[in-house]
This record gives sequence, C-alpha cells and structure tokens, in this order.
Amino acid sequence: MVSKKYGSILCMVGLLAIFSWGSAAHGRSDAYKENIYPVGKLKPTDSVLKVKVGDRAPDFTLPAVGGDKVTLSQYRGKKNVVISFVPAAWTPVCSDQWPGYNIAQDFFDQNDAILLGITVDNIPTLYAWTNQMCTGDETLWFTVLSDFYPHGAVAKKFGVLRSEGVSERALFVIDKKGIIRYIDVHDINKRPHLEDLVEELEKLNK
Amino acid sequence: MITKGMNKPLICCAAFAICLLVPIHAGLAFTNAPAIGESLPPFELPIPQDTRAQSYLGLSGTGQFTIAQIEAKVVIIQIFSMYCPVCQKEAFRVNELYRTIQKRKDLKDKIRMIGIGTGNTPFEVGFFQKKYEVPFPLFPDENLSIHRILGELRTPYFIGVKINRDGSDEVFYSRLGQFKDVNSFLKRIVELSGL
Repeated sequence: MVSKKYGSILCMVGLLAIFSWGSAAHGRSDAYKENIYPVGKLKPTDSVLKVKVGDRAPDFTLPAVGGDKVTLSQYRGKKNVVISFVPAAWTPVCSDQWPGYNIAQDFFDQNDAILLGITVDNIPTLYAWTNQMCTGDETLWFTVLSDFYPHGAVAKKFGVLRSEGVSERALFVIDKKGIIRYIDVHDINKRPHLEDLVEELEKLNK
Repeated sequence: MITKGMNKPLICCAAFAICLLVPIHAGLAFTNAPAIGESLPPFELPIPQDTRAQSYLGLSGTGQFTIAQIEAKVVIIQIFSMYCPVCQKEAFRVNELYRTIQKRKDLKDKIRMIGIGTGNTPFEVGFFQKKYEVPFPLFPDENLSIHRILGELRTPYFIGVKINRDGSDEVFYSRLGQFKDVNSFLKRIVELSGL
C-alpha cells in the first residue's frame, strides 16, 4: 500500500496539476486573474437563424443588471440598436469583447445608436463579471441584459441559441424602424473586429 | 494496488511532475514567456511609415525590423490589447512613463518604448492610440503570431530588452501586470539594464 507520506506527495501533485491547468487556459486580460473558465475550441456556430436582414426584429423584454426591465421596442423611432449576444460570462473571448465596446461609445453616439449586451447568465453572475470589466468606480456605459429565464428565450427567438444552452457570439444592428440591418453570427471562438461593426453603424446614416 | 517496490519510481515521477508544474503556476508564470538573461524570441514588425515613429526608433525605409535593430540601448515592450480593461486603465500611466523618459537627458536617447496589440487589428490599435493619445509606436498582432512566439502572455505584460553593441539582445525584465508607479518602474528598468 502507498504510505501516508507518499499519499501526501501524490495529493500535492494532483492539486498542482489542477491549479496549473486552470491557469494555463485563461482570458488574455489580467483583469480576470485566474477566474476565466477554459472552454477549449468549440464548434464555430451551432444554431439556425430565425431572422434575416430586412425583417422586423422580434420584440422582447429582459431584466437588466441595473435592475430595470428593457424592451427592445422602447427604442423604436428614437435610437438605432446594436445587440451583442455573447455566449457566457467568465469565458475567454467574451470577457475580452465588451471591454472593447466600453471604450468605443463615441462610435455608437455618432451614429445615434445604443448597445444592448445579452447573455444567458443570471443577473448576479453578470453583475460580478461586468464589474471586472470596469476600472475604479466606473460601470459599463451600455445596458447588459439577462436572458436567463425562461432560459435563452430571446436568443431562441433570433435563432442564436446553441444546442449546449448558450447563445452564439452574434451581433444584430437594428435601425430606428425596428428593422434588422446587419447580422453577424460569428465564429464563437473568435472576437468580431471592431471596424466591421463601426462600418455597419456608419451605413445607418447613409 | 501499489507495492512497496514501486514507491521509488513513483516518488521520482511525482518530483518530476512537481518540477514541471510549479513554474507554470508561479506568478510570472508563463511556460514560454521571455526569460531574463536570454535573447528575446525572434519576431519582426513592420517599419512604421510615420516619419515621427521612424525617427523615434531610428529606422527608415520599408519592410520589417527586429527589436535589436531599434536605435537604443534599452527597449521597453508593452504587450497590450485594446480590449483589455487593465491596459485601458493604465494607458495614461504608460504615457507618463514615456514622457518621464523623454524629459530625462540621461535616458531619452537610450530608451525606446513600443506597444504590441495582441489580437488587435490595425484599426483597433489605431483606435486605442488615438483614444489614449499614446505617443510611442504601437503595432498590431492581428493573427496572434507574436503572441504565440512570446508564450501567449496575458495583458498588460512588460518586457525590457537590452540591445548589445554586437547587435544581440538580452531580456532583463519580463513581468505580467500593471506597474502602478512610473518612477519606481523606471528606476527598476535603469538598475536591471545597467544603464
């Protein structure tokens, strides 16, 4: 039998292995320390869109991290809307996507647009995660919505709910009439380039 | 069941595994991060076409350059990302480091700074540079090729490289995370590089 001494050594190796693998797969920003869950490489897309460019965007109401409820149609006639679905909080690519949008508010303002970030996570999870994206006492300038219950219902309406229960990494640009003007269901493993979204925002005013 | 005779090899394996695993988890801590005392893993960047940046780096023409070709005794490389909240927060302090160096007569011709935007497109790097008024040259690493060469570093990460007279280079600083205080960071850079 393995003695207590050797058993302890084996336990130590096991623990080191667990922690080391955890640290090997992390988000790229040091803002999240070791708290990013390694998801590995996933199937690039795993859903079938239910809407297309030119369609009226399906309306929805979801709870926001700030406590309010937000309805898509409340912006009709007032603002262009960008919806950014990201798969899940505390995962590598998602954690490095919205912080970029957080410094790019000018592009949205210049094109009379607002941004709604949506995931299927619950509010407490989104609260903790989005706090890590900010510096000091700041908060994200855009609204973050929880599509947690009924689970992924809004993602499903748009046709971007994947079979494992998270959404695609998808961008929808919706004009002031509520019409979808741009759809990018992106490879879930990659971050969409900022310039592609900026280009689509600028098209709204042409 | 493990017999008594198997214990020695087992312990050797355990010790070997610990030796392999501990460095992975130790704070600074990247399996292939640029190691102090060694040459920077080789990579090239495009010569900037902006005359101010060319003049700052002592480069001219077109094509690619290596870090050792920069006209300086020390190069500070900041690995950043436009999408990294810590890099955003620290941008003003990194700019302050540049200005502090430029104000020091004993250092301004010896130290150069560059930034490499991990996974960022030229547009994203340009946006970051404009947004935070970054005064030193930034380069995109859109396809993550430099990211892979440097050991998949998290951001922000700072690498200090000495350029030797024979044209070789040597890493003397390699560390993850923000540096918080400009003067103590610069003092450390000067001490470690032997400037």
